[in-house]
Amino acid sequence: MLRFIPLLPFIGFLINLSLGRRLAKTASGAVACLAMFGAFVVSAWSVWTLVQMPPDSRGIVDQIAPWVESGALSIPFTLRLDPLGALMVLVVTGIGFLIHLYSTAYMHEERDSEYARYFSYLNLFASFMLVLVLGANFPVMFVGWEGVGLCSYLLIGFWFSKKSASDAGKKAFIVNRIGDFGFLLGMFIVWVQFGTLDFQGVAHAAGQLPVEAVFGTLSMATLLLFVGATGKSAQIPLYVWLPDAMEGPTPVSALIHAATMVTAGVYMIGRNAVLFSHAPETLAVVAGIGVATALMAGTIGLVQNDIKRVLAYSTVSQLGLMFVAMGVGAFAAGIFHLYTHAFFKALLFLGSGAVIHALAGEQDIRRMGGLRRELPVTYWTFLIGSLAIAGVPLLSGFFSKDEILWKAFSGGHYVVWAVAVVASLLTATYMFRLVFLTFHGERAEPRAADSSDDGRAVAPHDAHGGGAHDAHGVAAGGHHGESDGGTHLHDAPPAMAAALILLAIGSIVAGYIGVPTVIGGSNRIEAFLEPSFAVPGIEIDAAKLGSNHADARPDQASGDGHAAESPSPVAGENHAAEGQRSAAHAVEGQEPATHAASAQDHQTELTLMAFSSGIALAGIGLAAYFWLRRRDLTDRIAAAFSGLHRLLLNKYFVDQAYDAAIVQPIYRASERGLWTVVDTGMIDGTVNAVGRSVAGWSSALRLLQTGSIRAYALSMFVGVVVILGYYVWR
Amino acid sequence: MVTLDHYVMLSALLFATGTIGVFLRRSVITMLLSIEVMLNAVNLAFVAFGRSIGSADGQVMMFFVVTVAAAEAAVGLALVIALFRHRETLNPDMFTSLKW
Amino acid sequence: MGTELLLFYLFGAVALGASLLVVLGRNPMHSVLMLIVSFAALAGLYITLDSPFAAVIQIIIYAGAIMVLFLFVVMLLNAHKEDALVAAGAPMGAKPLYAGAGLAVVLAAELVWALVRAPQGSGGPMSGGASPDAAALESVRGLGQLLFTDYGFAFEVTSILIIVAMVGAVVLAKREL
Repeated sequence: MLRFIPLLPFIGFLINLSLGRRLAKTASGAVACLAMFGAFVVSAWSVWTLVQMPPDSRGIVDQIAPWVESGALSIPFTLRLDPLGALMVLVVTGIGFLIHLYSTAYMHEERDSEYARYFSYLNLFASFMLVLVLGANFPVMFVGWEGVGLCSYLLIGFWFSKKSASDAGKKAFIVNRIGDFGFLLGMFIVWVQFGTLDFQGVAHAAGQLPVEAVFGTLSMATLLLFVGATGKSAQIPLYVWLPDAMEGPTPVSALIHAATMVTAGVYMIGRNAVLFSHAPETLAVVAGIGVATALMAGTIGLVQNDIKRVLAYSTVSQLGLMFVAMGVGAFAAGIFHLYTHAFFKALLFLGSGAVIHALAGEQDIRRMGGLRRELPVTYWTFLIGSLAIAGVPLLSGFFSKDEILWKAFSGGHYVVWAVAVVASLLTATYMFRLVFLTFHGERAEPRAADSSDDGRAVAPHDAHGGGAHDAHGVAAGGHHGESDGGTHLHDAPPAMAAALILLAIGSIVAGYIGVPTVIGGSNRIEAFLEPSFAVPGIEIDAAKLGSNHADARPDQASGDGHAAESPSPVAGENHAAEGQRSAAHAVEGQEPATHAASAQDHQTELTLMAFSSGIALAGIGLAAYFWLRRRDLTDRIAAAFSGLHRLLLNKYFVDQAYDAAIVQPIYRASERGLWTVVDTGMIDGTVNAVGRSVAGWSSALRLLQTGSIRAYALSMFVGVVVILGYYVWR
Repeated sequence: MVTLDHYVMLSALLFATGTIGVFLRRSVITMLLSIEVMLNAVNLAFVAFGRSIGSADGQVMMFFVVTVAAAEAAVGLALVIALFRHRETLNPDMFTSLKW
Repeated sequence: MGTELLLFYLFGAVALGASLLVVLGRNPMHSVLMLIVSFAALAGLYITLDSPFAAVIQIIIYAGAIMVLFLFVVMLLNAHKEDALVAAGAPMGAKPLYAGAGLAVVLAAELVWALVRAPQGSGGPMSGGASPDAAALESVRGLGQLLFTDYGFAFEVTSILIIVAMVGAVVLAKREL
């Protein structure tokens, strides 16, 4: 039954692929949305079935077919649903559905065939993402992994006639591939080490091994897997494709580059929690890279001028935080943040899409302003999303981000914690800079001196259609008739508005499934996800190394004799039901953090909670000061630190560095080496030489054809004599 | 007494003579005549061999050879006539247009 | 016996000489006539070989029909006028032709040598009616029997060949098709 979850979108893909050209837009859109909704329904029902099961054996398996049977290697095409997968699958299908809905309005100006093509790709993406999430073994996950990379390429370069878009698509795919190579190598090592590629099998086998103290095989394997994750989830060093990916349509950015595909790396680590927790070296690397990326992206996002770019760097930054969580062993916290992030990031992107849509393609925030009066729905939903991401208390982002920070702190990773706090401050600041510049104040005049920009941020992207729009994105007719003078802008159309509102609600309430015990909640999400991070099979024998086993489960009165635990945004509440949070987390970093234990810890946690709330508000305050009140100050500061400003604006020149260090050498080597020498010289040379030698021989041989019959007679006769002589001689 | 060797030797000499004629003459007709000489030499050899093994097969072969020679002569001469009409010459070396 | 040898040498010399004259003669007409003489000598040789039928065939068909045809053509084309022995303007020059001729001599030498080298004197006496098949040999009846039974297929094919040749000759020699 699980197979229908990815199958329905795949069918949608096929329909739109084959018939799309002839279907009216309403039909294509309906097909796609119905497919997603169907997948959501099946997912919800599967998850419902799942939670009916006892907590320690929650798993639904669907073995579709044997795929590879070759000697000792047996890879069946199997899907498995467990708590982690349940959460992911609901996020993908639910938010995916909302984005499909949104797209029906957003992409409306495309031609019918392009519209259908868009939805076919979107459905295909969803299908692959679901395969990725539901896969029960590495290769099946890899199928999904690659597939979403492919769809990302297709969708980023959707308006392929625009060079920057097709370039961005290529960049995304190639950088992803580099990561995928790491993933493959990691997978191979896993196979060699454990003899199985099934996640449960690997976790079981890994659970038997001791935690690696030094860098060993497990660390190597997990490190390589993590390389794959950096590619897919845009961390250092492979994050460079994500900002460029903003060339794609905004709903694509929302779905792929905020809510789902980029989270695949985080999910993958969560899926292999047992494996990773046996390789603390790698986890340290994960946390380090995560927090470095979070900081770096935050600084870049502070000065970007394109609304989508800011959000892109924000995504990179938040992903960094998720990796921080994974790196300190707080797998549930990381996934929790993934889940809340999906809501508010998708919301923010869709909101920005509504803004772009209303302004007919304008994306430069310096040319925006005052939109809160004209686009109320968009404004309020965007505001909610921004509050959530900043970590303002009571919204979802607060709970998840705070959980990560707490886990980092209590795990003893103080440096990581500190940097993460700085990153959070930056998050609040740049997000609200975005809000204030876009929605508050007056419509800004285009600035005179734009010298310090990198060209990308300035050129407004065509939000609609591949037709030739002029530089200011004023659509040539057929649009809602806006000019930059903005007499009458209209707010988001119903389909878009519905999506925005639903996501906004989600951004508020989604966090309530993870309220930490210290303030009275039951942190159900953590308990729910826990079995996924544990070694499968009941290990009663805790003496068998390792603190991190499901030792407590049989004897622990698992408080979550759950009520209907469904992580859907509207339902999750903090029951006052007792449900103690399971003290021994199945896989925890170095220390088992037993919160319930000491009041000391409680005190610390509350203090930190207050502290991070303060940080969030401080960030908002900073942004308000600079961009609400004293905008001129920002210009002066920018001018004063112009070098730094330029550095940040140009993203630390990383792209240029990669280009010089990697791309250009490869390009030149290919052109001068491989192409000239090998292809033209050797291969063509050989083939041509064969041809030329034949021609040479024939031009020599044809001289025999003298036309004189006597010559022919002579040659015949010579032959006769020779042959006869030969026989006579013998 | 006369042995097979004698006849075969004679045949060889005749054959060589014919071959010389093919190469040395400048007229197509004479070339054809030389070819006839060669054919005759072969006939002689056939009959001699046939006689030496005491069967009539040699004569039968000679019979066939003669028939074929006749046909060949007819066609060859027709060709000569056609060629002559074209170029007014019987020199085989003038007909070398089928060359490289 | 002596007569045999004498006859052989006589006829052989005539044949060889006539052939040489065919090859070396200047006038094509002379060549044709010399060839007829050669055929006559060969017929004689056939008779010494106890093959009267072959001899008769030789005279009737070869000398009688084919040579007449040759004469016709020579006359028709006025070829009995003279041409030099060796083509001076041959595209490949005269040397190869001499080489060809030389090769012919080589061939002859080869064959002779092969014979001389043969282990035993091949073949017994060629003449004399001592062999039991002499009667079979000489008899036209016997020959006919052989021709129409063992070699019946070849016989039929040959007749087709003649028809084809006839048609071909007619077609080739026509003025316009």
